[in-house]
Amino acid sequence: MNWRSILTIFNFEMARFWRTPWESLAAPVVSTVLYFVVFGAAIGTRIQSVDDISYGAFIVPGLIILTVLQQSLANASNAIFMRKFVGTIHEILAAPISFIEVVAGFVGAAALKSVIIAIVIYLTALLFVDLPLVHPVLALALLILTSFGFALWGFLMGIWAKDWQQLQFIPMMVITPLVFLGGAFYSASMLPPFWEGVAKLNPVLYLVSGFRWTFFGMADVPILSSIIALAIFLGLGFVAVWAIFRTGWRLRP
Amino acid sequence: MSAMIEVRDLSKTYASGTSALSGVSLDIREGEILALLGPNGAGKTTFISILCGLVTPSGGKVTVGGHDILRDYRAARALIGLVPQEIALEYFETVINTVRFSRGLYGKPADDAYLERILRALALWDKRDAKLKELSGGMKRRVLIAKALSHGPRILFLDEPTAGVDVNLRREMWEVVRGLKSEGVTIILTTHYLEEAEEMADRVGIIDKGRLLLVRDKSDLMHEFGRKVLTVELTEPITALPPALSSLELSSDGLRASYRYDAHADRTGIARLLASFAAEGISVRDVATEQSSLEDVFLRLVRDLA
Repeated sequence: MNWRSILTIFNFEMARFWRTPWESLAAPVVSTVLYFVVFGAAIGTRIQSVDDISYGAFIVPGLIILTVLQQSLANASNAIFMRKFVGTIHEILAAPISFIEVVAGFVGAAALKSVIIAIVIYLTALLFVDLPLVHPVLALALLILTSFGFALWGFLMGIWAKDWQQLQFIPMMVITPLVFLGGAFYSASMLPPFWEGVAKLNPVLYLVSGFRWTFFGMADVPILSSIIALAIFLGLGFVAVWAIFRTGWRLRP
Repeated sequence: MSAMIEVRDLSKTYASGTSALSGVSLDIREGEILALLGPNGAGKTTFISILCGLVTPSGGKVTVGGHDILRDYRAARALIGLVPQEIALEYFETVINTVRFSRGLYGKPADDAYLERILRALALWDKRDAKLKELSGGMKRRVLIAKALSHGPRILFLDEPTAGVDVNLRREMWEVVRGLKSEGVTIILTTHYLEEAEEMADRVGIIDKGRLLLVRDKSDLMHEFGRKVLTVELTEPITALPPALSSLELSSDGLRASYRYDAHADRTGIARLLASFAAEGISVRDVATEQSSLEDVFLRLVRDLA
């Protein structure tokens, strides 16, 4: 393992994050506060509670997952896509480093950014609602793995995308619907039985549900199935990245 | 001198079906400057890109410093620095940071004293804290060289290093390359400026349509393929050349007659020619010979061998 190369990529990507702290941190926080105002304060007052949890508190884990997914995808895909777009990717490809090192640097940085943002959102939420955190260690572990998993898929997206439209396509057309239909703002048990079944085909539901379990100790699906879903998701992403570097698809003609 | 790079039967066909290289074999010696000449689309950049790990070869084998570029890519690539043809930089980054990044990427420990030496040699030290977007085109190109040198490579690839660069800067660039050669760095440059190859190279390879037509020492090439032109300046203008001198060409002012010949031919015909001038009673004021340039050689080769 060439740690110095990994750190070089990692530090470069993190420097971009700290160079524009306003865009990096304030923007996700502001949008989270907006969700609180709209869903928590305006609509939430009409919903008493979900599973005995105040609605304002109930939506926090979902909101964090929503932001983590968007940020991980965007950060990792932009980092690699910009290098393809500007042409500086050649430097990475010509360097004596393995694909694991490249991925560790880019995906690691993108994941860490998401984790930092998630923690900031959590702290912001504490200003608004009483929020238990029953399993803090597992919460952090799930947060890190989810961030890493989606950064991995973001990295793949950045390699796959040939232009800006394609880069926007998956977050807009796939991720956002999956998150909104993944129980970020409601419990799957609130749905009619048929739709509850459909909702359980949505992988994001398992992430949201698992993360919510670490806060409240209760969830739509058993925590083990959430962990298995996350492991499959991570594993598939890793195999796909490995295959790309092995075949040079869209990187090395 | 031993071979630093061994290329055997290298070929590349892109997914689109375009065959960019076919059957290229070549040894590049340690410490030499090899210029690869060829028209646009000849396969020069594909060749360099394969050696540097940017393009996957379709067939053949390449070793760099004895390391296979695919199986032992870490060791092979660690020896190489690449200055790409296109200027591609992180425009909001500073000069010093982008060079530090390149060094770190190759896994080398930070060494600002070494980087300072490189930046000074490339007249970039004063600009070390400038953002890349603020630099002129020539400076950006030198930043690319600084990045390529940041990890202390033993081999430097320069893909069209002076394309679109003004004459002064081109001379400066040549000085830099000569300096590197004196430190023992093996240099492979592609160019379509024949002047550049003629000025810089120890050996010249000519690529056309994906094939390496030949590789020769520059002086041998010039000698072997070089034609000479003998120009005879006359004291008095004449209107036409006598039949005995019909192989010559008379200038429009009637004061110069020129004769083309192969410098390496057994019989150049010069003695007979000068005797004919005397016999015809044409008085000769001066005689000059001129060696044809690499450009002439190149055009002839591409035409004859293609």
